[in-house]
Amino acid sequence: MIKQMDASQLRSRMNRRVRANTVWKTIFLLATLFGLFVLAILIIRVVSQGASWIDMDFLTGRLSTDAERAGIMGALLGTVWVMFVVIPVTLIIGVGTAIYLELYAKKGKFQSFIETNISNLAGVPSIVYGLLGLTVFVRLADLGNVVLAGGLTLALLVLPILIVSAQEAIRAVPAHLSEASYGMGATKWQTIRRVVLPAALPSILTGSILALSRAIGETAPLTVLGIPALLIPFPEGLFDTFTALPMQIYYWTLDSSLVAEYANLAAATIIVLLVLLFVLNSVAIFIRNKFQQRY
Amino acid sequence: MSTLANSKMSVQLQSKESTANEQMETSNSNVETSGIVYDTKDLNLWYSETHALKDINLSIHEKEVTAIIGPSGCGKSTYIKTLNRMVELVPGVQTTGTISYKNKNILDKSFKVEDLRTQVGMVFQKPNPFPKSIYENIVYGPKIHGIRNKKVLDEIVETSLRGAYIWDEVKDRLNENAYGLSGGQQQRLCIARALAVQPDVILMDEPTSALDPKSTLKIEELVQELKKDYSIIIVTHNMQQAARISDRTAFFLNGEVVEYDETDTIFTNPSDSRTEDYISGRFG
Repeated sequence: MIKQMDASQLRSRMNRRVRANTVWKTIFLLATLFGLFVLAILIIRVVSQGASWIDMDFLTGRLSTDAERAGIMGALLGTVWVMFVVIPVTLIIGVGTAIYLELYAKKGKFQSFIETNISNLAGVPSIVYGLLGLTVFVRLADLGNVVLAGGLTLALLVLPILIVSAQEAIRAVPAHLSEASYGMGATKWQTIRRVVLPAALPSILTGSILALSRAIGETAPLTVLGIPALLIPFPEGLFDTFTALPMQIYYWTLDSSLVAEYANLAAATIIVLLVLLFVLNSVAIFIRNKFQQRY
Repeated sequence: MSTLANSKMSVQLQSKESTANEQMETSNSNVETSGIVYDTKDLNLWYSETHALKDINLSIHEKEVTAIIGPSGCGKSTYIKTLNRMVELVPGVQTTGTISYKNKNILDKSFKVEDLRTQVGMVFQKPNPFPKSIYENIVYGPKIHGIRNKKVLDEIVETSLRGAYIWDEVKDRLNENAYGLSGGQQQRLCIARALAVQPDVILMDEPTSALDPKSTLKIEELVQELKKDYSIIIVTHNMQQAARISDRTAFFLNGEVVEYDETDTIFTNPSDSRTEDYISGRFG
């Protein structure tokens, strides 16, 4: 027995250590519960307000000033059309950039400068992207506030997020796999196509679905672009004007001071948007679990 | 066969005076092992600032097992990775000197690495099969070289797996994931995968360091079989292994070749005291 350690002192310290452990555990639990509590209130309130307004007519109907007859088909179609722009643009440019930066670019000051800036772009407020889109796509390219302009703006917004997550996915592919490929005389491109990309694909897809759900929920850039929620025809192509689910929510909330039922319509639309996001995230999780390989 | 070996030898004799004596000697005692597959001259290599290989001069003989031994950080892995230029995957590597492979300098930028690595297969320290089926692992190499014919690929799979003595263990489950195999089986699969590209040389970078003794023994037996058809260069931490399976041994220390000779000589009668200290376990 070491003399310097008194047994009774040890025991009282022991109690203190165990108590501190319990206190910290409780603090962390409360932190978690706080988030869950807020989420629960949000969902309960939205559902109680809007659930009864959701029916087939609401989902497939046209927009109307009459709350009883109003539907969100236009906004749903608008969101889908915008995704037709966002998905290919972000995937091609985002994954391409990630491949170049991770696998081709020489490691050095220039490369780390670019990477730092891409990470910074991921933190730029979305309204700034709205201004960029307004200047470049709506005015300079003279597209007007159509599907293509909205889609490109949202694509720019989520591109940095996608690049960073695709880079991480590529970096996570073990080096010994590509070494095996190089060792048999494969070129860099063959190694990328046959070894690196297949191994990184589940993570890349997960990242892009998460980036996509961010794009679906964005409102600020669209308000800057001047996307309306008026009585406009359903969009049928890239050059049609459109509205989107978050815009619909935004305008109905704004006008709820005029017509009280609009608040319920907004709540109903929020439910639809949440379900859409939930489905997308589930797909992401499914892909990750199904195709994730162990190395 | 013998005329081919002779013509190769005569070319070697003309260009490599320093090895001429050695060649004459071996050609007297053993006709089969006369050719030189790699001839390294004044090789220096730097990783950025670190001088990792210093004035390496080494001739590696055809259809023999050459072992490279030495303590950690002595440059033995760097050297073997220079022989198929895998070392270039590390950024900032610079080399001077020449490595002649079949009389062509592989360090010359005009020598295509893809061509080199097709002729020189590699087996790594940790078994590294692809997360694919056993079949797909073997046909990976042939496929990247453009072979599409299913019948040809099937034949390559069987020949390669037989060549690595693993055919009987896996022939009924070619479509199962390679990760289901044991570590030793995975390593033999990786050897089979290297054979599928039909190389002349096989580089092995501590191929048994992640394996249990029984699997190690199987790989060692396999190496003895393979040297009938391939030139094998093996880096090993295990001196007994070098003594058991190699014909010649090079002892590396601090980036230099201290001694290079027939394995028997190195282990029974080394001429440098540092070699003796290392193999008798006084350091390393």
